Amino acid sequence: MKGRWHLLLRSGAFVSGLLIILFWALCALVGRLFAPFDPFAADVLSTLSPPSTMHWFGTDQLGRDVLSRVIVGSRDVLEVAPLATALGLALGVLLGLTTGYFRGIFDEAVSRIIDAVLALPLVIIALLALSALGASSVTVIVVVGCIFTPLIARTVRAAVLAERELEYVAAARLRNESTLRILLGEILPNIMPPVLVEGTVRLGYAIFAVASLSFLGFGIQPPSPDWGLAVSESYGLINGGIWWPALFNTLAISSLIVAVNLTADGLQATADA
Amino acid sequence: MRVGSLLARRAALAVLTLWLLSLMVFAGGQLLPGDVARAILGPLADARAVANLDHQLGLDRPLLVQYWDWISRFVTGDMSQSYAYHAPVAPFVWRALGASLKLGTLAFGLVVPLGIAGGVWAALHAGRALDRVLSIGGLVAASLPEFVTGIVLILVFGIWLRLLPVAADWPPGAGPLTQVRYLLLPSLSLALVLFGYLARMARAGTIEVLKADFTRTAVLKGLQPRRVLWHHVLRNALLPTITVIATQTGYLLGGLVIVETLFRYPGIGTLIYAAARDKDFPMLEAGVLLVGVIYTLSALAADLLYAALNPRIALGGAE
Repeated sequence: MKGRWHLLLRSGAFVSGLLIILFWALCALVGRLFAPFDPFAADVLSTLSPPSTMHWFGTDQLGRDVLSRVIVGSRDVLEVAPLATALGLALGVLLGLTTGYFRGIFDEAVSRIIDAVLALPLVIIALLALSALGASSVTVIVVVGCIFTPLIARTVRAAVLAERELEYVAAARLRNESTLRILLGEILPNIMPPVLVEGTVRLGYAIFAVASLSFLGFGIQPPSPDWGLAVSESYGLINGGIWWPALFNTLAISSLIVAVNLTADGLQATADA
Repeated sequence: MRVGSLLARRAALAVLTLWLLSLMVFAGGQLLPGDVARAILGPLADARAVANLDHQLGLDRPLLVQYWDWISRFVTGDMSQSYAYHAPVAPFVWRALGASLKLGTLAFGLVVPLGIAGGVWAALHAGRALDRVLSIGGLVAASLPEFVTGIVLILVFGIWLRLLPVAADWPPGAGPLTQVRYLLLPSLSLALVLFGYLARMARAGTIEVLKADFTRTAVLKGLQPRRVLWHHVLRNALLPTITVIATQTGYLLGGLVIVETLFRYPGIGTLIYAAARDKDFPMLEAGVLLVGVIYTLSALAADLLYAALNPRIALGGAE
Protein backbone atom coordinates (compact mmCIF):
# COMPACT_ATOMS: atom_id res chain seq x y z
CA MET A 1 0.00 0.00 0.00
CA LYS A 2 2.85 2.37 0.86
CA GLY A 3 4.44 1.64 -2.51
CA ARG A 4 1.22 2.56 -4.21
CA TRP A 5 1.08 5.93 -2.49
CA HIS A 6 4.62 6.57 -3.53
CA LEU A 7 3.76 5.79 -7.14
CA LEU A 8 0.68 8.01 -6.97
CA LEU A 9 2.57 10.96 -5.55
CA ARG A 10 5.10 10.71 -8.34
CA SER A 11 2.35 10.85 -10.97
CA GLY A 12 2.13 14.46 -12.15
CA ALA A 13 -1.43 14.02 -13.40
CA PHE A 14 -2.65 12.69 -10.05
CA VAL A 15 -0.95 15.37 -7.96
CA SER A 16 -2.00 18.33 -10.12
CA GLY A 17 -5.56 17.01 -10.33
CA LEU A 18 -5.73 16.53 -6.58
CA LEU A 19 -4.34 20.01 -5.92
CA ILE A 20 -7.01 21.63 -8.10
CA ILE A 21 -9.76 19.60 -6.40
CA LEU A 22 -8.40 20.59 -2.98
CA PHE A 23 -8.31 24.23 -4.06
CA TRP A 24 -12.00 24.16 -5.04
CA ALA A 25 -12.93 22.18 -1.91
CA LEU A 26 -11.20 24.86 0.17
CA CYS A 27 -13.13 27.56 -1.71
CA ALA A 28 -16.35 25.67 -1.08
CA LEU A 29 -15.64 25.47 2.65
CA VAL A 30 -14.16 28.87 3.48
CA GLY A 31 -14.48 30.84 0.23
CA ARG A 32 -16.82 33.31 1.89
CA LEU A 33 -13.91 34.48 4.03
CA PHE A 34 -11.68 35.61 1.19
CA ALA A 35 -14.22 36.43 -1.53
CA PRO A 36 -13.86 40.19 -2.25
CA PHE A 37 -17.65 40.77 -2.10
CA ASP A 38 -20.72 39.11 -0.66
CA PRO A 39 -21.62 36.57 -3.38
CA PHE A 40 -25.35 37.02 -2.73
CA ALA A 41 -25.47 40.83 -2.43
CA ALA A 42 -27.29 42.39 -5.39
CA ASP A 43 -26.28 45.88 -6.49
CA VAL A 44 -28.85 47.37 -8.85
CA LEU A 45 -26.60 50.33 -9.67
CA SER A 46 -23.84 48.22 -11.24
CA THR A 47 -25.51 45.35 -13.08
CA LEU A 48 -23.60 43.65 -15.90
CA SER A 49 -20.54 45.82 -15.53
CA PRO A 50 -17.55 44.39 -17.43
CA PRO A 51 -14.38 43.21 -15.66
CA SER A 52 -12.61 46.11 -13.94
CA THR A 53 -10.07 46.63 -11.18
CA MET A 54 -12.91 46.60 -8.67
CA HIS A 55 -14.83 43.62 -10.07
CA TRP A 56 -12.13 41.42 -11.67
CA PHE A 57 -14.68 39.12 -13.33
CA GLY A 58 -17.37 41.80 -13.73
CA THR A 59 -20.89 41.64 -12.27
CA ASP A 60 -23.98 39.63 -13.27
CA GLN A 61 -27.50 40.72 -14.14
CA LEU A 62 -28.30 41.44 -10.47
CA GLY A 63 -25.05 43.31 -9.95
CA ARG A 64 -23.51 40.49 -7.92
CA ASP A 65 -19.72 40.12 -8.10
CA VAL A 66 -18.92 37.26 -10.50
CA LEU A 67 -15.50 36.52 -8.96
CA SER A 68 -17.02 36.06 -5.51
CA ARG A 69 -19.74 33.82 -6.92
CA VAL A 70 -17.23 31.73 -8.85
CA ILE A 71 -15.18 31.28 -5.67
CA VAL A 72 -18.10 29.90 -3.65
CA GLY A 73 -19.81 28.33 -6.70
CA SER A 74 -18.21 24.94 -6.20
CA ARG A 75 -20.08 24.34 -2.95
CA ASP A 76 -23.25 22.72 -4.23
CA VAL A 77 -21.73 20.65 -7.01
CA LEU A 78 -19.04 19.40 -4.61
CA GLU A 79 -21.82 18.34 -2.26
CA VAL A 80 -24.26 16.86 -4.76
CA ALA A 81 -21.84 15.03 -7.08
CA PRO A 82 -19.87 13.14 -4.37
CA LEU A 83 -23.08 12.19 -2.54
CA ALA A 84 -24.61 10.88 -5.78
CA THR A 85 -21.41 8.93 -6.46
CA ALA A 86 -21.38 7.56 -2.92
CA LEU A 87 -24.99 6.43 -3.24
CA GLY A 88 -24.24 4.78 -6.60
CA LEU A 89 -21.13 3.14 -5.14
CA ALA A 90 -22.95 1.76 -2.10
CA LEU A 91 -25.85 0.34 -4.10
CA GLY A 92 -23.68 -0.70 -7.05
CA VAL A 93 -21.15 -2.56 -4.90
CA LEU A 94 -23.97 -4.38 -3.14
CA LEU A 95 -25.64 -5.32 -6.41
CA GLY A 96 -22.37 -6.26 -8.12
CA LEU A 97 -21.24 -8.43 -5.20
CA THR A 98 -24.49 -10.36 -5.07
CA THR A 99 -24.97 -10.79 -8.82
CA GLY A 100 -21.34 -11.78 -9.36
CA TYR A 101 -21.26 -14.20 -6.43
CA PHE A 102 -24.61 -15.94 -6.87
CA ARG A 103 -24.82 -15.79 -10.70
CA GLY A 104 -27.91 -17.57 -11.99
CA ILE A 105 -31.24 -16.12 -13.02
CA PHE A 106 -30.97 -13.08 -10.73
CA ASP A 107 -27.67 -12.15 -12.35
CA GLU A 108 -29.16 -12.64 -15.82
CA ALA A 109 -32.18 -10.46 -15.02
CA VAL A 110 -30.07 -7.68 -13.55
CA SER A 111 -27.76 -7.74 -16.58
CA ARG A 112 -30.70 -7.20 -18.91
CA ILE A 113 -31.98 -4.28 -16.82
CA ILE A 114 -28.50 -2.78 -16.89
CA ASP A 115 -28.51 -3.03 -20.70
CA ALA A 116 -31.83 -1.20 -20.79
CA VAL A 117 -30.54 1.58 -18.52
CA LEU A 118 -27.42 1.87 -20.67
CA ALA A 119 -29.58 2.37 -23.77
CA LEU A 120 -30.40 5.88 -22.60
CA PRO A 121 -27.95 8.73 -22.16
CA LEU A 122 -27.65 9.75 -18.51
CA VAL A 123 -28.91 13.29 -19.04
CA ILE A 124 -32.05 12.00 -20.78
CA ILE A 125 -33.09 9.47 -18.11
CA ALA A 126 -32.30 12.07 -15.47
CA LEU A 127 -34.54 14.62 -17.24
CA LEU A 128 -37.39 12.12 -17.33
CA ALA A 129 -37.04 11.28 -13.64
CA LEU A 130 -36.44 14.87 -12.51
CA SER A 131 -39.39 16.26 -14.42
CA ALA A 132 -41.54 13.62 -12.70
CA LEU A 133 -40.06 14.04 -9.21
CA GLY A 134 -39.35 17.77 -9.30
CA ALA A 135 -35.83 19.18 -9.41
CA SER A 136 -33.87 19.81 -6.21
CA SER A 137 -30.43 18.91 -4.87
CA VAL A 138 -31.87 15.87 -3.10
CA THR A 139 -33.69 14.49 -6.15
CA VAL A 140 -30.58 15.04 -8.29
CA ILE A 141 -28.50 13.02 -5.80
CA VAL A 142 -31.04 10.20 -5.76
CA VAL A 143 -31.57 10.13 -9.53
CA VAL A 144 -27.89 10.31 -10.51
CA GLY A 145 -27.01 7.80 -7.76
CA CYS A 146 -29.64 5.36 -9.00
CA ILE A 147 -28.50 5.71 -12.61
CA PHE A 148 -24.90 5.06 -11.53
CA THR A 149 -25.88 1.94 -9.56
CA PRO A 150 -26.13 -0.49 -12.52
CA LEU A 151 -23.01 0.96 -14.17
CA ILE A 152 -20.94 0.49 -11.04
CA ALA A 153 -22.55 -2.91 -10.40
CA ARG A 154 -21.26 -4.08 -13.78
CA THR A 155 -17.65 -3.23 -12.97
CA VAL A 156 -17.91 -4.77 -9.51
CA ARG A 157 -19.57 -7.91 -10.90
CA ALA A 158 -16.74 -8.42 -13.39
CA ALA A 159 -14.18 -8.13 -10.57
CA VAL A 160 -16.16 -10.53 -8.35
CA LEU A 161 -16.42 -13.12 -11.13
CA ALA A 162 -12.63 -13.36 -11.21
CA GLU A 163 -12.26 -13.36 -7.41
CA ARG A 164 -14.89 -15.98 -6.55
CA GLU A 165 -12.89 -18.74 -8.26
CA LEU A 166 -9.78 -18.05 -6.16
CA GLU A 167 -8.65 -20.37 -3.38
CA TYR A 168 -9.13 -17.98 -0.50
CA VAL A 169 -12.85 -17.86 -1.25
CA ALA A 170 -13.07 -21.67 -1.33
CA ALA A 171 -11.09 -21.75 1.93
CA ALA A 172 -13.48 -19.30 3.55
CA ARG A 173 -16.40 -21.44 2.42
CA LEU A 174 -14.75 -24.53 3.91
CA ARG A 175 -14.20 -22.68 7.17
CA ASN A 176 -17.98 -22.30 7.11
CA GLU A 177 -17.91 -18.51 7.02
CA SER A 178 -21.26 -16.90 6.42
CA THR A 179 -21.98 -15.68 2.89
CA LEU A 180 -22.25 -12.11 4.12
CA ARG A 181 -18.78 -12.39 5.68
CA ILE A 182 -17.32 -13.89 2.53
CA LEU A 183 -18.77 -11.08 0.42
CA LEU A 184 -17.91 -8.14 2.66
CA GLY A 185 -14.95 -9.49 4.64
CA GLU A 186 -13.11 -11.54 2.02
CA ILE A 187 -14.02 -10.46 -1.51
CA LEU A 188 -14.73 -6.74 -1.03
CA PRO A 189 -11.27 -5.84 0.36
CA ASN A 190 -9.68 -7.63 -2.58
CA ILE A 191 -11.61 -5.71 -5.22
CA MET A 192 -11.05 -2.29 -3.64
CA PRO A 193 -8.59 -0.98 -6.28
CA PRO A 194 -10.99 -1.30 -9.25
CA VAL A 195 -13.86 -0.04 -7.06
CA LEU A 196 -11.85 3.06 -6.13
CA VAL A 197 -10.90 3.75 -9.75
CA GLU A 198 -14.52 3.30 -10.79
CA GLY A 199 -15.59 5.68 -8.01
CA THR A 200 -13.21 8.42 -9.18
CA VAL A 201 -14.21 8.01 -12.82
CA ARG A 202 -17.87 8.15 -11.79
CA LEU A 203 -17.22 11.28 -9.73
CA GLY A 204 -16.03 12.98 -12.91
CA TYR A 205 -19.20 11.88 -14.70
CA ALA A 206 -21.30 12.98 -11.73
CA ILE A 207 -19.87 16.50 -11.87
CA PHE A 208 -20.42 16.47 -15.66
CA ALA A 209 -24.02 15.33 -15.18
CA VAL A 210 -24.87 17.68 -12.30
CA ALA A 211 -23.38 20.65 -14.17
CA SER A 212 -25.32 19.72 -17.33
CA LEU A 213 -28.57 19.27 -15.39
CA SER A 214 -28.06 22.58 -13.60
CA PHE A 215 -27.43 24.19 -16.97
CA LEU A 216 -30.80 22.83 -18.12
CA GLY A 217 -32.50 24.13 -14.95
CA PHE A 218 -33.12 20.62 -13.58
CA GLY A 219 -30.22 20.53 -11.15
CA ILE A 220 -29.14 22.90 -8.43
CA GLN A 221 -31.66 25.68 -7.99
CA PRO A 222 -31.31 29.49 -7.55
CA PRO A 223 -30.09 31.52 -5.73
CA SER A 224 -27.14 29.14 -5.47
CA PRO A 225 -23.97 30.52 -7.07
CA ASP A 226 -23.51 27.09 -8.73
CA TRP A 227 -21.43 27.30 -11.93
CA GLY A 228 -23.76 25.32 -14.20
CA LEU A 229 -26.73 27.34 -12.98
CA ALA A 230 -24.79 30.58 -13.49
CA VAL A 231 -24.01 29.61 -17.08
CA SER A 232 -27.66 28.79 -17.69
CA GLU A 233 -28.66 32.23 -16.36
CA SER A 234 -26.09 34.08 -18.43
CA TYR A 235 -25.50 32.32 -21.76
CA GLY A 236 -28.38 34.22 -23.33
CA LEU A 237 -26.46 37.45 -22.68
CA ILE A 238 -23.48 36.42 -24.81
CA ASN A 239 -25.13 37.69 -28.01
CA GLY A 240 -25.34 41.13 -26.45
CA GLY A 241 -21.57 41.07 -25.91
CA ILE A 242 -21.82 40.24 -22.19
CA TRP A 243 -19.40 37.35 -22.04
CA TRP A 244 -17.93 37.51 -18.56
CA PRO A 245 -20.45 35.69 -16.37
CA ALA A 246 -20.72 32.77 -18.84
CA LEU A 247 -16.99 32.54 -19.56
CA PHE A 248 -15.62 32.58 -16.01
CA ASN A 249 -18.15 30.06 -14.73
CA THR A 250 -17.45 27.83 -17.73
CA LEU A 251 -13.71 27.95 -17.03
CA ALA A 252 -14.31 27.07 -13.38
CA ILE A 253 -16.36 23.97 -14.30
CA SER A 254 -13.74 22.94 -16.84
CA SER A 255 -10.93 23.14 -14.30
CA LEU A 256 -12.81 20.97 -11.79
CA ILE A 257 -13.82 18.29 -14.31
CA VAL A 258 -10.38 18.09 -15.88
CA ALA A 259 -8.86 17.85 -12.38
CA VAL A 260 -11.11 14.93 -11.40
CA ASN A 261 -10.27 13.14 -14.65
CA LEU A 262 -6.54 13.68 -14.12
CA THR A 263 -6.87 12.19 -10.64
CA ALA A 264 -8.83 9.23 -12.00
CA ASP A 265 -6.22 8.65 -14.71
CA GLY A 266 -3.43 8.71 -12.15
CA LEU A 267 -5.30 6.26 -9.90
CA GLN A 268 -6.03 3.95 -12.81
CA ALA A 269 -2.41 3.88 -13.96
CA THR A 270 -1.32 2.99 -10.40
CA ALA A 271 -4.02 0.35 -9.95
CA ASP A 272 -2.97 -1.30 -13.19
CA ALA A 273 0.74 -1.20 -12.30
CA MET B 1 -25.14 -20.71 -39.77
CA ARG B 2 -23.02 -19.27 -36.96
CA VAL B 3 -23.58 -15.75 -38.23
CA GLY B 4 -27.31 -16.43 -38.49
CA SER B 5 -27.64 -17.63 -34.90
CA LEU B 6 -25.48 -14.76 -33.68
CA LEU B 7 -27.77 -12.36 -35.49
CA ALA B 8 -30.90 -13.97 -34.05
CA ARG B 9 -29.47 -13.92 -30.51
CA ARG B 10 -28.45 -10.27 -30.72
CA ALA B 11 -31.81 -9.28 -32.20
CA ALA B 12 -33.69 -11.14 -29.45
CA LEU B 13 -31.60 -9.39 -26.79
CA ALA B 14 -32.28 -6.03 -28.43
CA VAL B 15 -36.04 -6.67 -28.34
CA LEU B 16 -35.80 -7.64 -24.67
CA THR B 17 -33.80 -4.50 -23.92
CA LEU B 18 -36.38 -2.37 -25.71
CA TRP B 19 -39.23 -3.94 -23.76
CA LEU B 20 -37.48 -3.26 -20.43
CA LEU B 21 -36.73 0.23 -21.65
CA SER B 22 -40.39 0.85 -22.43
CA LEU B 23 -41.31 -0.31 -18.90
CA MET B 24 -38.72 2.08 -17.49
CA VAL B 25 -39.94 5.01 -19.56
CA PHE B 26 -43.55 4.24 -18.66
CA ALA B 27 -42.64 4.07 -14.99
CA GLY B 28 -40.75 7.36 -15.31
CA GLY B 29 -43.58 9.18 -17.03
CA GLN B 30 -46.58 7.62 -15.37
CA LEU B 31 -45.60 6.32 -11.93
CA LEU B 32 -42.92 8.68 -10.63
CA PRO B 33 -44.99 11.88 -10.84
CA GLY B 34 -47.55 10.28 -8.52
CA ASP B 35 -50.64 12.09 -9.68
CA VAL B 36 -50.03 13.35 -13.24
CA ALA B 37 -53.04 15.67 -13.25
CA ARG B 38 -51.96 17.12 -9.90
CA ALA B 39 -48.46 17.65 -11.34
CA ILE B 40 -49.96 19.50 -14.32
CA LEU B 41 -52.55 21.56 -12.46
CA GLY B 42 -50.37 22.40 -9.47
CA PRO B 43 -50.83 22.04 -5.70
CA LEU B 44 -53.65 24.62 -5.48
CA ALA B 45 -56.03 22.96 -7.96
CA ASP B 46 -59.40 21.67 -6.85
CA ALA B 47 -59.55 17.93 -6.14
CA ARG B 48 -62.51 17.55 -8.51
CA ALA B 49 -60.64 19.24 -11.34
CA VAL B 50 -57.72 16.87 -10.74
CA ALA B 51 -60.02 13.82 -10.80
CA ASN B 52 -61.68 15.16 -13.95
CA LEU B 53 -58.39 15.62 -15.76
CA ASP B 54 -57.20 12.19 -14.61
CA HIS B 55 -60.33 10.69 -16.11
CA GLN B 56 -60.01 12.72 -19.30
CA LEU B 57 -56.43 11.55 -19.80
CA GLY B 58 -57.36 7.95 -19.01
CA LEU B 59 -55.10 7.98 -15.96
CA ASP B 60 -57.74 6.45 -13.66
CA ARG B 61 -57.54 3.09 -15.45
CA PRO B 62 -55.44 0.18 -14.11
CA LEU B 63 -51.71 0.64 -14.82
CA LEU B 64 -51.44 -2.51 -16.92
CA VAL B 65 -54.24 -1.29 -19.18
CA GLN B 66 -52.56 2.09 -19.47
CA TYR B 67 -49.19 0.51 -20.31
CA TRP B 68 -50.68 -1.82 -22.91
CA ASP B 69 -52.69 0.99 -24.46
CA TRP B 70 -49.59 3.21 -24.63
CA ILE B 71 -47.09 0.67 -25.94
CA SER B 72 -49.40 -1.05 -28.43
CA ARG B 73 -50.20 2.30 -29.99
CA PHE B 74 -46.55 3.42 -29.87
CA VAL B 75 -45.47 0.40 -31.89
CA THR B 76 -47.89 1.40 -34.66
CA GLY B 77 -46.54 4.96 -34.67
CA ASP B 78 -49.37 6.53 -32.66
CA MET B 79 -47.74 8.32 -29.75
CA SER B 80 -50.97 9.66 -28.14
CA GLN B 81 -51.79 13.30 -27.44
CA SER B 82 -49.47 16.00 -26.16
CA TYR B 83 -50.68 17.65 -22.95
CA ALA B 84 -49.10 20.96 -23.91
CA TYR B 85 -50.20 21.27 -27.55
CA HIS B 86 -53.46 19.25 -27.41
CA ALA B 87 -52.39 17.60 -30.65
CA PRO B 88 -50.92 14.22 -31.60
CA VAL B 89 -47.29 13.83 -30.45
CA ALA B 90 -46.03 11.90 -33.49
CA PRO B 91 -45.68 14.76 -36.04
CA PHE B 92 -43.70 16.85 -33.53
CA VAL B 93 -41.40 13.96 -32.75
CA TRP B 94 -40.71 13.04 -36.37
CA ARG B 95 -40.03 16.64 -37.38
CA ALA B 96 -37.66 17.10 -34.44
CA LEU B 97 -35.94 13.81 -35.20
CA GLY B 98 -35.36 14.91 -38.79
CA ALA B 99 -33.74 18.12 -37.60
CA SER B 100 -31.54 16.24 -35.12
CA LEU B 101 -30.54 13.77 -37.79
CA LYS B 102 -29.18 16.66 -39.85
CA LEU B 103 -27.16 17.92 -36.89
CA GLY B 104 -25.97 14.45 -35.90
CA THR B 105 -24.91 13.54 -39.42
CA LEU B 106 -22.86 16.70 -39.73
CA ALA B 107 -21.29 16.08 -36.30
CA PHE B 108 -20.36 12.49 -37.21
CA GLY B 109 -19.18 13.59 -40.65
CA LEU B 110 -16.82 16.01 -38.96
CA VAL B 111 -15.59 13.97 -36.04
CA VAL B 112 -15.12 10.48 -37.45
CA PRO B 113 -12.56 11.36 -40.13
CA LEU B 114 -10.88 13.97 -37.91
CA GLY B 115 -10.72 11.69 -34.87
CA ILE B 116 -9.38 8.72 -36.79
CA ALA B 117 -6.87 10.79 -38.73
CA GLY B 118 -5.74 12.49 -35.53
CA GLY B 119 -5.38 9.18 -33.69
CA VAL B 120 -3.48 7.44 -36.48
CA TRP B 121 -1.26 10.46 -36.96
CA ALA B 122 -0.52 10.56 -33.22
CA ALA B 123 0.30 6.83 -33.23
CA LEU B 124 2.74 7.24 -36.12
CA HIS B 125 4.45 10.03 -34.19
CA ALA B 126 4.02 8.45 -30.75
CA GLY B 127 5.97 10.14 -27.98
CA ARG B 128 6.62 13.38 -29.87
CA ALA B 129 5.39 16.70 -28.53
CA LEU B 130 2.40 16.96 -30.89
CA ASP B 131 1.27 13.46 -29.91
CA ARG B 132 1.16 14.59 -26.30
CA VAL B 133 -0.67 17.79 -27.18
CA LEU B 134 -3.23 15.78 -29.14
CA SER B 135 -3.63 13.22 -26.33
CA ILE B 136 -4.10 15.84 -23.63
CA GLY B 137 -6.33 17.99 -25.85
CA GLY B 138 -8.45 14.95 -26.67
CA LEU B 139 -8.72 14.02 -23.00
CA VAL B 140 -9.80 17.52 -22.04
CA ALA B 141 -12.28 17.73 -24.92
CA ALA B 142 -13.72 14.34 -24.02
CA SER B 143 -14.24 15.22 -20.38
CA LEU B 144 -15.92 18.62 -20.72
CA PRO B 145 -19.72 18.94 -20.84
CA GLU B 146 -21.11 20.05 -24.22
CA PHE B 147 -22.39 23.35 -22.90
CA VAL B 148 -18.87 24.24 -21.80
CA THR B 149 -17.27 23.55 -25.20
CA GLY B 150 -20.31 25.13 -26.86
CA ILE B 151 -19.94 28.40 -24.97
CA VAL B 152 -16.21 28.57 -25.62
CA LEU B 153 -16.86 27.98 -29.35
CA ILE B 154 -19.63 30.61 -29.39
CA LEU B 155 -17.35 33.14 -27.72
CA VAL B 156 -14.35 32.48 -29.96
CA PHE B 157 -15.96 31.97 -33.38
CA GLY B 158 -19.28 33.75 -32.94
CA ILE B 159 -18.51 36.80 -30.82
CA TRP B 160 -14.80 37.61 -30.97
CA LEU B 161 -13.92 36.47 -34.50
CA ARG B 162 -17.47 36.96 -35.83
CA LEU B 163 -16.99 34.08 -38.27
CA LEU B 164 -20.05 31.93 -37.57
CA PRO B 165 -23.64 32.46 -36.42
CA VAL B 166 -24.18 31.79 -32.70
CA ALA B 167 -27.68 30.28 -32.97
CA ALA B 168 -28.90 27.56 -35.30
CA ASP B 169 -31.93 29.52 -36.48
CA TRP B 170 -31.34 30.17 -40.17
CA PRO B 171 -33.70 32.40 -42.15
CA PRO B 172 -36.53 30.50 -43.85
CA GLY B 173 -35.70 29.14 -47.29
CA ALA B 174 -31.95 29.02 -46.61
CA GLY B 175 -29.98 26.70 -48.91
CA PRO B 176 -28.06 23.64 -47.70
CA LEU B 177 -24.74 25.49 -47.54
CA THR B 178 -26.17 28.24 -45.35
CA GLN B 179 -27.72 25.58 -43.11
CA VAL B 180 -24.36 23.86 -42.72
CA ARG B 181 -22.81 27.21 -41.81
CA TYR B 182 -25.41 27.67 -39.08
CA LEU B 183 -24.98 24.09 -37.87
CA LEU B 184 -21.19 24.20 -37.76
CA LEU B 185 -20.82 25.46 -34.18
CA PRO B 186 -23.51 23.15 -32.70
CA SER B 187 -22.11 20.09 -34.44
CA LEU B 188 -18.57 20.99 -33.34
CA SER B 189 -19.74 21.26 -29.72
CA LEU B 190 -21.43 17.87 -30.05
CA ALA B 191 -18.47 16.27 -31.76
CA LEU B 192 -15.59 17.54 -29.63
CA VAL B 193 -16.62 15.18 -26.84
CA LEU B 194 -16.34 12.27 -29.27
CA PHE B 195 -13.12 13.49 -30.87
CA GLY B 196 -11.09 12.63 -27.77
CA TYR B 197 -12.51 9.09 -27.47
CA LEU B 198 -12.13 8.33 -31.14
CA ALA B 199 -8.61 9.67 -31.41
CA ARG B 200 -7.58 7.71 -28.33
CA MET B 201 -9.05 4.45 -29.65
CA ALA B 202 -7.57 4.91 -33.12
CA ARG B 203 -4.19 5.76 -31.60
CA ALA B 204 -4.17 2.72 -29.30
CA GLY B 205 -5.34 0.41 -32.10
CA THR B 206 -2.72 1.68 -34.54
CA ILE B 207 0.11 1.39 -32.02
CA GLU B 208 -0.89 -2.18 -31.23
CA VAL B 209 -1.03 -3.20 -34.89
CA LEU B 210 2.26 -1.45 -35.65
CA LYS B 211 3.89 -3.77 -33.12
CA ALA B 212 2.24 -6.90 -34.55
CA ASP B 213 4.24 -9.58 -36.37
CA PHE B 214 2.30 -9.28 -39.60
CA THR B 215 3.18 -5.60 -39.86
CA ARG B 216 6.85 -6.42 -39.38
CA THR B 217 6.56 -9.10 -42.07
CA ALA B 218 4.92 -6.63 -44.43
CA VAL B 219 7.70 -4.09 -43.87
CA LEU B 220 10.45 -6.72 -44.14
CA LYS B 221 9.12 -8.11 -47.38
CA GLY B 222 9.64 -4.68 -48.82
CA LEU B 223 6.15 -3.26 -49.15
CA GLN B 224 5.93 0.48 -49.51
CA PRO B 225 5.19 2.17 -46.15
CA ARG B 226 2.04 3.74 -47.58
CA ARG B 227 0.74 0.32 -48.63
CA VAL B 228 1.56 -1.19 -45.24
CA LEU B 229 -0.32 1.62 -43.55
CA TRP B 230 -3.47 1.36 -45.67
CA HIS B 231 -3.68 -2.40 -46.22
CA HIS B 232 -2.27 -3.86 -43.05
CA VAL B 233 -2.34 -1.34 -40.27
CA LEU B 234 -5.53 0.65 -40.75
CA ARG B 235 -7.75 -2.30 -41.60
CA ASN B 236 -6.91 -3.98 -38.33
CA ALA B 237 -6.49 -0.92 -36.17
CA LEU B 238 -9.87 0.58 -36.99
CA LEU B 239 -11.98 -2.44 -36.02
CA PRO B 240 -12.31 -1.50 -32.35
CA THR B 241 -12.96 2.10 -33.40
CA ILE B 242 -16.18 1.01 -35.13
CA THR B 243 -17.56 -0.25 -31.83
CA VAL B 244 -16.61 3.01 -30.18
CA ILE B 245 -18.42 4.99 -32.86
CA ALA B 246 -21.61 3.00 -32.24
CA THR B 247 -21.50 3.24 -28.46
CA GLN B 248 -20.79 6.94 -28.77
CA THR B 249 -24.11 7.39 -30.57
CA GLY B 250 -25.58 7.26 -27.09
CA TYR B 251 -23.39 10.10 -25.87
CA LEU B 252 -24.20 12.05 -29.00
CA LEU B 253 -27.94 11.64 -28.34
CA GLY B 254 -27.47 12.79 -24.75
CA GLY B 255 -25.44 15.75 -25.91
CA LEU B 256 -28.23 16.77 -28.27
CA VAL B 257 -30.36 17.93 -25.32
CA ILE B 258 -27.65 20.32 -24.18
CA VAL B 259 -26.39 21.50 -27.56
CA GLU B 260 -29.81 22.05 -29.10
CA THR B 261 -30.93 24.00 -26.06
CA LEU B 262 -27.77 26.11 -26.14
CA PHE B 263 -28.08 26.88 -29.87
CA ARG B 264 -31.91 27.04 -29.89
CA TYR B 265 -32.18 24.31 -32.52
CA PRO B 266 -35.60 22.59 -32.79
CA GLY B 267 -34.44 18.95 -32.65
CA ILE B 268 -35.31 15.95 -30.51
CA GLY B 269 -33.13 17.24 -27.65
CA THR B 270 -35.03 20.51 -27.47
CA LEU B 271 -38.28 18.55 -27.68
CA ILE B 272 -37.32 16.36 -24.72
CA TYR B 273 -36.10 19.36 -22.76
CA ALA B 274 -39.25 21.39 -23.40
CA ALA B 275 -41.49 18.40 -22.62
CA ALA B 276 -39.64 17.80 -19.34
CA ARG B 277 -39.96 21.49 -18.43
CA ASP B 278 -43.69 21.62 -19.26
CA LYS B 279 -44.40 18.20 -17.70
CA ASP B 280 -45.78 17.10 -21.08
CA PHE B 281 -45.38 13.41 -20.23
CA PRO B 282 -46.69 11.81 -23.48
CA MET B 283 -44.26 13.94 -25.51
CA LEU B 284 -41.45 13.24 -23.04
CA GLU B 285 -42.08 9.48 -23.06
CA ALA B 286 -42.22 9.34 -26.85
CA GLY B 287 -39.00 11.34 -27.24
CA VAL B 288 -37.10 9.37 -24.61
CA LEU B 289 -38.27 5.97 -25.85
CA LEU B 290 -37.37 6.89 -29.41
CA VAL B 291 -33.86 7.88 -28.34
CA GLY B 292 -33.57 4.48 -26.63
CA VAL B 293 -34.78 2.69 -29.76
CA ILE B 294 -32.25 4.52 -31.95
CA TYR B 295 -29.46 3.77 -29.54
CA THR B 296 -30.33 0.08 -29.21
CA LEU B 297 -30.64 -0.36 -32.98
CA SER B 298 -27.33 1.37 -33.66
CA ALA B 299 -25.62 -0.78 -31.02
CA LEU B 300 -27.09 -3.86 -32.69
CA ALA B 301 -25.93 -2.66 -36.11
CA ALA B 302 -22.44 -2.07 -34.72
CA ASP B 303 -22.32 -5.57 -33.23
CA LEU B 304 -23.27 -7.12 -36.53
CA LEU B 305 -20.93 -4.91 -38.54
CA TYR B 306 -18.09 -5.80 -36.21
CA ALA B 307 -18.87 -9.50 -36.55
CA ALA B 308 -19.07 -9.17 -40.32
CA LEU B 309 -15.73 -7.36 -40.54
CA ASN B 310 -13.88 -9.55 -38.08
CA PRO B 311 -13.85 -13.20 -39.13
CA ARG B 312 -12.44 -14.27 -35.76
CA ILE B 313 -15.67 -13.27 -33.99
CA ALA B 314 -18.07 -14.82 -36.49
CA LEU B 315 -16.19 -18.13 -36.50
CA GLY B 316 -15.55 -18.19 -32.77
CA GLY B 317 -19.25 -17.66 -32.12
CA ALA B 318 -20.30 -16.78 -28.57
CA GLU B 319 -19.49 -13.53 -26.77
